[in-house]
Amino acid sequence: MRNILHSDCNSFYASVECLYRPEIRDKPVAVGGDPENRHGVILTKNEIAKRFGIKTGQTTWQAKQLCPELMVIPPNFSLYKRFSDMTREIYLEYTSKVEPFGLDEAWLDVTGCVPNDKTGMATAREISNKIKNELGITVSIGVSYNKIFAKLGSDYKKPDAITEINRSNFKDIVWPLPVGDLLYVGKATRRKLSGIGVHTIGELANTPRGVLTDIFGKWGDILYTFSNGYDSSPVSEYTENSDVKSVGNSTTAPKDLTSEQDVDIVMNVLCDSVSRRMRESGLKGRTVSISVRDCNLFSFTRQRKLDEFTNITSEITRAAIRLFRDSYDWSHSIRSVGVSVSDLTSDTTAQQISFFEDPNKNIKLEKLDLAIDGLKNRFGTFAVCPAIMLIDKKLSGFDPIQEHTIHPVGFFK
Amino acid sequence: MTEKKFVEVTAYYDSEGNISPLVIHWGDGSEYEIDKITDIRKAASLKSGGAGIRYTCRIKGQMRYLFLDDKRWFIEKIG
Repeated sequence: MRNILHSDCNSFYASVECLYRPEIRDKPVAVGGDPENRHGVILTKNEIAKRFGIKTGQTTWQAKQLCPELMVIPPNFSLYKRFSDMTREIYLEYTSKVEPFGLDEAWLDVTGCVPNDKTGMATAREISNKIKNELGITVSIGVSYNKIFAKLGSDYKKPDAITEINRSNFKDIVWPLPVGDLLYVGKATRRKLSGIGVHTIGELANTPRGVLTDIFGKWGDILYTFSNGYDSSPVSEYTENSDVKSVGNSTTAPKDLTSEQDVDIVMNVLCDSVSRRMRESGLKGRTVSISVRDCNLFSFTRQRKLDEFTNITSEITRAAIRLFRDSYDWSHSIRSVGVSVSDLTSDTTAQQISFFEDPNKNIKLEKLDLAIDGLKNRFGTFAVCPAIMLIDKKLSGFDPIQEHTIHPVGFFK
Repeated sequence: MTEKKFVEVTAYYDSEGNISPLVIHWGDGSEYEIDKITDIRKAASLKSGGAGIRYTCRIKGQMRYLFLDDKRWFIEKIG
């Protein structure tokens, strides 16, 4: 049986800030974006702020209404990255199978890595103490025989807790939980499940597989597997590039987007940043994903596979815009948009030349991007831009490359 | 001393890259030679706020925690 841990740094950004500022530790604290630019979204909050009903994703002014004395601290990503690296160094003392899930979470497979008489629980306790002593922050750890239950275990009790979910107790611990607690069960899936009377993970697990596949297709199989503890996906070996499964950028626009032109402008900025970063890292990608959040904070993601690997700005922009047009009905105005490219490969990988398309066209486009990158590196991101970005400089006037946002990563690679 | 205090340090780097602080420069011109380092470990300073490598130093017969936090040195406040 596998011994899998999922470790989750509690209120990560806020905990690091509170460590460095002892004077605010007993106050409600949140880390959030710049309210002036309306990027003022709460990214994390400490336990005290949680008690006031402060939630991640709220705008700063909403949070301030709930708790006027809330301290909102601008994020210091390089500090969080340093702490994230330090947690991973500790994990790597126990196993090379460390799979990060964002900056603050990671799976560890410690099967056979620790002496036989030491249980997963004992290893979890050791790691938890080490992080507390060396980094001054706390973690919640789930211990289980598969990644999905390990993740549920780390969510089960917070902060600074360890929960073991094994074959003999999972029906008591996991099955009564609401089905939305399961990884990747979002609003839409939950609504559909609710329609067939499935509200808990246990009810999902006991729904015949065929019923689920009829409704959800392949995804139904995954739901069935997850809820019954049959997930057998491995914990990946840690590499320095473990974070790079996709390259993406997202932004909360300075005003709500109300037209396709607005979205086009923002998409142009985001895709320019994403494709430039891919070129800088020597990567090409084949799957373009967009994420959209409307003014009611309802969000969704869509993705589409391209025919060829690419890092050409114009191709990625076109794909992202088309994907958006195909998937949004404009029932509400839009607050934030994100673009990412995954299914990455090195840009030196040989490419199949398309039978119908002129191969020289791509070479020309790549040369064009190279020339533009040169200009932007010398004179700044705004030195050259597509004309559409001049229509509304307020919308196009942000620079994701400089502002460096950190992006969540996916479970499925 | 009640506050976290960043200090200048004269240190010795050996060929393995290990760092041993030798002298603490207090900022007002006074210098404190470290008589002995009794412990080196990774640690967080909850009292002063920070994390890094903690050197337990004996200075003029007294024990003090000296932290190397990323690239800056600080003395943990007392009490």
